[in-house]
Amino acid sequence: MTLPRQIVRVAESVWELPPVVRPGMRVPVRIFATRALLEAMDDAVFQQAANVATLPGIVGHSYVMPDAHWGYGFPIGGVAAMDPRHGVISPGGIGFDINCGMRLVLTDLVREEVEPVLERLVDALYERVPAGVGCRGFVRTSPSEFADVLAQGARWCVRKGFGTDEDLRRTEEHGTLAGADASAVSQRAIERGANQLGTLGSGNHYLEIQVVRPEHVYDAALAEKLGVSRPNQVALMFHCGSRGFGHQVASDYVDLFLGVMKKKYGLEVIDRELACAPFQSPEGQRYWAAMRCAANMSFANRQVILHRIREVFADVFHRDPADLGLRMAYDVAHNTAKLEMHRIGGTPRQLLVHRKGATRAFGPGASELPPEYRDLGQPVIIGGSMETGSYLMVGVPSGESSFFSTAHGSGRTMSRTKAKKAFRGRELQHRLHAQGIYVRAASYAGLAEEAGPAYKDVDEVVAATAQAGLSRPVARFTPIGNVKG
Amino acid sequence: MRYEYLDEGVTADVTLRAEAGDLEALFTAAADATANLMVENLDEVKPATARSVELEADALDLLLFRFLGEMIFYKDAESLLTRAARVKIEAKNGGYRLRAELRGEPLDPSRHRLAADVKAVTLHGLRVEHTAGWSATVTLDV
Repeated sequence: MTLPRQIVRVAESVWELPPVVRPGMRVPVRIFATRALLEAMDDAVFQQAANVATLPGIVGHSYVMPDAHWGYGFPIGGVAAMDPRHGVISPGGIGFDINCGMRLVLTDLVREEVEPVLERLVDALYERVPAGVGCRGFVRTSPSEFADVLAQGARWCVRKGFGTDEDLRRTEEHGTLAGADASAVSQRAIERGANQLGTLGSGNHYLEIQVVRPEHVYDAALAEKLGVSRPNQVALMFHCGSRGFGHQVASDYVDLFLGVMKKKYGLEVIDRELACAPFQSPEGQRYWAAMRCAANMSFANRQVILHRIREVFADVFHRDPADLGLRMAYDVAHNTAKLEMHRIGGTPRQLLVHRKGATRAFGPGASELPPEYRDLGQPVIIGGSMETGSYLMVGVPSGESSFFSTAHGSGRTMSRTKAKKAFRGRELQHRLHAQGIYVRAASYAGLAEEAGPAYKDVDEVVAATAQAGLSRPVARFTPIGNVKG
Repeated sequence: MRYEYLDEGVTADVTLRAEAGDLEALFTAAADATANLMVENLDEVKPATARSVELEADALDLLLFRFLGEMIFYKDAESLLTRAARVKIEAKNGGYRLRAELRGEPLDPSRHRLAADVKAVTLHGLRVEHTAGWSATVTLDV
């Protein structure tokens, strides 16, 4: 891949494209990547990040994370902060899967205790946490209850007995975004999503049983404070979002914004997927309220999935999950927009930070963190491919250079269509089994699309975030069981 | 009418290209391409039930965007896998109106080889073009 000729190295694993690579850029593009990751990036990432730099109200830079790849509108792995007074909000800067995120759950069990029952655990998780096309969840809600889910998120689940206060405390935003207004949501979105509470979905969504090998703990003191303290400790990690509900909210508002963007607000965008509205406009505020409903649906979805995991472990081990040390480590989203305070030139300013395929990573001391983590920095969960591994990191003070944002996964290098031609799902399942990873998949074609070689090297992505000063690795998690959507 | 999925393009999603002799067949092909991403053995989807669809848009590409959105809606809201039938498109008030039926049946994992769960139709590179025949390019978020 030839790099844009204007690209300049700013520091180790930090690169910049000046605001001249395309007309209308208001800010430069800043890319966080090792040279190898930079050279492997799709050309479209640079073009899309430059397009984002033209959006009204953008502040600082249009940022690109090391796992970035070609998306629609924004690159996946794109971050853009807007001035909420005169800037825009863009659903394309958040993604269709609103508040899609990662949840890490720890246990006091070690590999030797889990391996004899691994297949039973994975089979039971596959049964209890539905995955794949059109799957339906176990939670049945009346229309008024579903409205409560949209308003209260994970807090609704805990009230219904699907979790604990500790789960909420260790969820970003306590699992509930305030200001979610169900009247901003279409009936169609509700019809699409009301049956999907407790489902994984498909694509790159998964639920894994993982092990932390002793050689994969990079900061033992931090790891211990975050609950990773035993050699070969077993954890669960899962990745899913707001399901059809969030997809419909995003689709509805992209369509609405297209209609009003130019006619009503005189806004022109380079790519229609950057459809946007002024944040302070009635349409912008309605999307903001609807987006938070979808975020709450997503927090609730991950919360009831955690409840199912507890049920499965209780059934298989015939013990109370709390006795097994099964507990939330953290839940953090990577497709979202948030109003946050950041310092610009030493002055605190409120910004609307869009993160699409990027994780918030506040440094130590942030008031948003639960007390037990406040001195450590915000936990960041990086989901790798099912063949490689995933990471727990924490935010660091120097993360202010990206408005405290970091990577979200390993990032694809191969298109789904190409991967499906290159790999066979059943063969992959057998190969993984030989490597000690037991996989149950809703679809073999879908499994093939998620083969390890379709992704970037997650170790390199994590190293890039550390070199660029965005986040610090704590431990690496190796999969032994996987439920694939 | 025919369709294919492009190897290159938006990495984590799927770009389809459909071609047909007329606009109605083009929309039918694009609908099949969308359905075929969700179910591998599309011929196993029996037209047991139908939902009528009536839509308007200022431009043909947005009409297709909304039409495919209907299929995705029924997949989640009613667990229905559908194919397009009786597609009729006419010019109206400077824009276009579509009437069609989505025919199909509830998804059944014992008969339908299910594949990707399509989340949304995107506007990325969305095109409906008239050259010798008609062609459409659509990127779906999966």
